[in-house]
Amino acid sequence: MSQRHDNFAPPCPSAPTPSGQGECAINASSPPAVELHGITKRFPGVVANKDIAITVRKGTVHALIGENGAGKSTLMKILYGMQKPDEGTIAIDGEQVTFSSPGDAIARGIGMVHQHFMLADNLTVLENVVLGGEKLYGIGAKARRKIQEISDAYGLGVRPDALVEDLGVADRQRVEILKVLYRGARILILDEPTAVLVPQEVDALFDNLRELKSEGLTVIFISHKLGEVLKVADDITVIRRGTTVGTADPKTATTKQLAELMVGTELPSPETRESTVTDVPMLQVTGLTLTEAGAAAAAPLTTAAPPDPSGAVALQEIGAGRKLLDDISLTIHKGEILGIAGVEGNGQTELIEALMGMNSPDAGVITLDGKDISTTPVRKRREGGIGYIPEDRHRHGLLLEAPLWENRILGHVTEAPNSRRGVLDPKAARKDTERIVREYDVRTPGIDVTAASLSGGNQQKLIVGREMSHAPKFLIAAHPTRGVDVGAQAQIWDAIRDARREGLAVLLISADLDELIGLSDTLKVMYRGRFVADADPATITPEQLGSAMTGAATGRLEGTDAPSAEHPEDGDAR
Amino acid sequence: MMKFDKDKLIIGAAGPVLALVSSFVLTMLVLLATGLDPIEPIRLMIDNAGFSDIQVLIVNQTGIYYLAALAVAIGFRMNLFNIGVDGQYRLAAMVSALVGASIELPGPLHILVIVLTAMLTGAFWAGIAGILKTTRGVSEVVSTIMLNAIATSLVAWLILPKNFGVQPEGSNNLTTGEIAESGWFPGIDMGEGNGVIYGFTFVALALGVVYWFVLNRTRFGFDLRATGASESAAQASGVDAKRMILTSMLLSGALAGLSGMPTLLGETHTYSLDFPVGVGFTAITIALLGRNHPVGIFFAALLFAFLEKTSSSLDVAGYPKEITKIMQGIIVIAVVVSYELVRRYGLRRQQQKVGEELAAGGALKTDKEVAA
Repeated sequence: MSQRHDNFAPPCPSAPTPSGQGECAINASSPPAVELHGITKRFPGVVANKDIAITVRKGTVHALIGENGAGKSTLMKILYGMQKPDEGTIAIDGEQVTFSSPGDAIARGIGMVHQHFMLADNLTVLENVVLGGEKLYGIGAKARRKIQEISDAYGLGVRPDALVEDLGVADRQRVEILKVLYRGARILILDEPTAVLVPQEVDALFDNLRELKSEGLTVIFISHKLGEVLKVADDITVIRRGTTVGTADPKTATTKQLAELMVGTELPSPETRESTVTDVPMLQVTGLTLTEAGAAAAAPLTTAAPPDPSGAVALQEIGAGRKLLDDISLTIHKGEILGIAGVEGNGQTELIEALMGMNSPDAGVITLDGKDISTTPVRKRREGGIGYIPEDRHRHGLLLEAPLWENRILGHVTEAPNSRRGVLDPKAARKDTERIVREYDVRTPGIDVTAASLSGGNQQKLIVGREMSHAPKFLIAAHPTRGVDVGAQAQIWDAIRDARREGLAVLLISADLDELIGLSDTLKVMYRGRFVADADPATITPEQLGSAMTGAATGRLEGTDAPSAEHPEDGDAR
Repeated sequence: MMKFDKDKLIIGAAGPVLALVSSFVLTMLVLLATGLDPIEPIRLMIDNAGFSDIQVLIVNQTGIYYLAALAVAIGFRMNLFNIGVDGQYRLAAMVSALVGASIELPGPLHILVIVLTAMLTGAFWAGIAGILKTTRGVSEVVSTIMLNAIATSLVAWLILPKNFGVQPEGSNNLTTGEIAESGWFPGIDMGEGNGVIYGFTFVALALGVVYWFVLNRTRFGFDLRATGASESAAQASGVDAKRMILTSMLLSGALAGLSGMPTLLGETHTYSLDFPVGVGFTAITIALLGRNHPVGIFFAALLFAFLEKTSSSLDVAGYPKEITKIMQGIIVIAVVVSYELVRRYGLRRQQQKVGEELAAGGALKTDKEVAA
C-alpha cells in the first residue's frame, strides 16, 4: 500500500479545513442526502469516532465498511440520534440538524433497521408495523392498505396478517424495513443486514435495496463483508479505527484493495503457514446426537403417566423432536485446527455445549486424549485440559461486575495458581492476572477494575489469556475474534497459532469465513445439526463454503485449482 | 491502585448512608405530619441507650439478628431470596428445644446436640424449598413463604399438650419443657440488674468470620458468588448450578436454625408461645442494609437492635414506639433504591475512569503497536 490505487479517491483530510469538504464530496448536483462532517465521539474504553466525514448521495446505496469495532455502529447511532456526537455536524438534504433522540431522526426521514430485530413475535405483521405509529394511518383498514401499498411498491412481499413468529429471518427483516418505510423514512440505515441471512436471501435483499434506490430512497448499508458490498453499493466509505480513511468506487475496486484499506497498511492474515498437524488424535467424537429440548422436558412428564393415550403419543412426538445434533462424528489431532463453517443456529452452539458438558446428548461418545469424557461434568473436563473461548463472552465467559483478577479465576478455580486445597490464593491469582494483562496486551489501568469497564476486545484478550494459561490440550474457540479490533484480532490469532504449534487441538467455530479458511487445517460444514461437507482450506473459496453452508453443496468440496487434495492438513502450499 | 480502593470504599458506604439519611428524614416527616415533636423521641432513644441493662439487651439482640441476617445474606450472594428464614428459625428453635428438654447429657455435649438439631431442622426446612426449585423449578420466594405458614401451623400443633407441649402450672402459656442446666450456654453476667450477655453472641460473631472466609477465600465460596453474579457463566465455568442452589439453601437454613440459639440456650431454655417471632423478616432488611457483607451486617444488626430496644419505653413518654417500625420499613425501600442508584453510578464512573486512564496512558501503547 505504498502507492495509492487510481480508483481510490484521496482520503478526507484528517484535520478539518474549510476546503476539506469539497474534496470528499462526490459530484453532487442536488444536495446530498446525508452529510457528516468532522464527527467525533469519545467513549470510555472503546474505539471512538474521530473526525468522520461521509457524504451520501441521494438515491444511492452507500456502503460503510470497516472491521469489527472500527466505529461503524457508533457512527450510525449518532446519525440515528441514539448518541450525541462530541463534535461535528450532520446535514440532511443540505440542511444542518441536531438529533437528541431517534424520534428527531425519524422526523427527518431517517429509519434504522437494527441487526437484532425488534419485533413482537406473538403479534401479526400489521400489528408490529403500526405499533408505536398508530397516529400515522390508524390501526385498521387504512394501515393495512398502506402496508400493502409499500410492500407492492418495493417488492417486499409482506403479508400483513401473518404472525411474526411464523416468519423466517429474511421475512422478518423485510417487516423491519417495511416498518421503517411506513414511518416515512427516505434514508434507511441497515446495520449488518446480511449477517443473519444465507446467500440466496442476501440476493433477494439486494433486489429489494435496488428497488428502494430506484424509487429515490437512500440506503446506508453497514457491512464488513466485502464481496456483498461490491455487489450492491454505489459508493463505499471505509472506516478504520474510528475515522474515515477513504472512499472507493465499487465498479473498479477489488475486495483485496478494500480489505487493505480497511485494516491499514499491514493486513493481518489469519493464515497459518506451516502445518503442525500430527497423527495423534486428541479429541474424538462419535455419533453425537441431541434432540430438541422438548425431549428432555417430556421425560419427567411421562412418569406422571397421562391417562389420555393421545397425550402419550403427543409426548413421544415431542421426544422425537428436531435433532439439534445429528450423528456428529469428528476427530481433531494434536496440533490441528478443525474449522466448522455454518450459518448460526445450525447446531454449533449445541456442539460446543456437548463438548463442554453443559448439555447431555442423547447418544454419542466423546474421547479426550484417550479418555472417555462423555459423562464427565464440566469442571472435570476443564481440569482435564479443555479450554473454552465462548461465543457469548458476557454470558459464558465473564463475571461482568467482578474485578479482572476474579475473572481470571473463573472456570479454573480448582487449578493452580488460583487455589490450593480448596482455599483460594488471591495473591497468586492477582499476580498471574497481571502477567496475562501484560502478555496478552489487555488495555486496562489495573486488575481491580470490573470486567464490564473494558472494551470487548480487551475482555476477549483476557479470556484468551486465561484459557491459554492452563496449557489446554483442546481448545474450543467460538468466534474468537468477534467484535474485536484488528490489533487484538492478530494477537488472538497468534496466541492460537502458537499453542497449536505446541500440540494444541482446536475446534474453531466462526462466522468469519476468511478466519476459518485462513486458520484451519481441516474444514467441515455444519447444516441442520449435521456435517454436510468437508473442505480443504488450502483450495476452498469463501463462495464455495458459503453455498455449502446453505445446504446447497454436500460431500467433499473441491477447490478449483487443486482438484484432488487428499491431505487437508498439508497446508504448505499456502 | 489505592485510588480505586478508596473510590470503592466511598461508593460502598454511599448506599447505606443515603438509605439511612433518607429514612431518618422521612420518619421525622411522618412524626411532623402527625403533629408530634420529631426530635424528642430520637433524643429519648439515645438517652435510653445509656443504660447498661438496655445495652446488654442491644448486644444480645444484635447477635440474634446477626445470625439470621447471615442466613439471608448467603442466599442473596447466590441470587436466592430465602424469605423463609423466619419459619426455619421458629421450627428449628422448637424442635431443638424439644430434643434438648428430652435428653440429659454432660454439659458441652448437650449443647452440641441442641445446636446440631437446630441446624439440621433449619436446613431441612430450607432444603424443601431447595429441592422444589432444583427439581421442579418452583421459585424459592413462593415456596419459602408457604413454608413459613406451614411452619407456623406445625409449631402450633406440635406444642399442643396432647402432643409434645407442656403447660406450666398457673399459666396459659405452652412450652416444650425446660432444658436441663447442662444444656444452658454460659453467658457473661454484667452485674446486678444489668442482665447477662448471651455466650452464643460470640459464636454468632465467630460465624461472621467463617462466613467471610468461606465466601471470599474458598473455592466453594467463589463458585457460590460466581453463580450469584451470573448463572450462565458459572455453569460454563464448571459449577453444578442445581447442586449449588441446594447447598446454599441448606446452609442458609442451618444458619437460620442457629439464630434461635442465643435466646433458647441463653435465656428461655424452652420454646414457648411467646418466643420472639419475625426475626427472619427483620433479618432480610439487615442483610440488605449490610450489603451481605459480614461487617456491614454487623453494623446493620446493631442499628436495628438499638432501634428496637431503645424504643420500647417511648410509649411511656407519649410517643408511639411504632415509629421505629416505620423507620425500618422505610429503610427497606430506601436501601433497595439507593443501592441500585449507587451501583449504576459506580459502574458508569469506573468505565469512565478506565477510559480516561487508557486515553492518558494509551498513547505510548498505540505508538508501540504501530511500530510493531
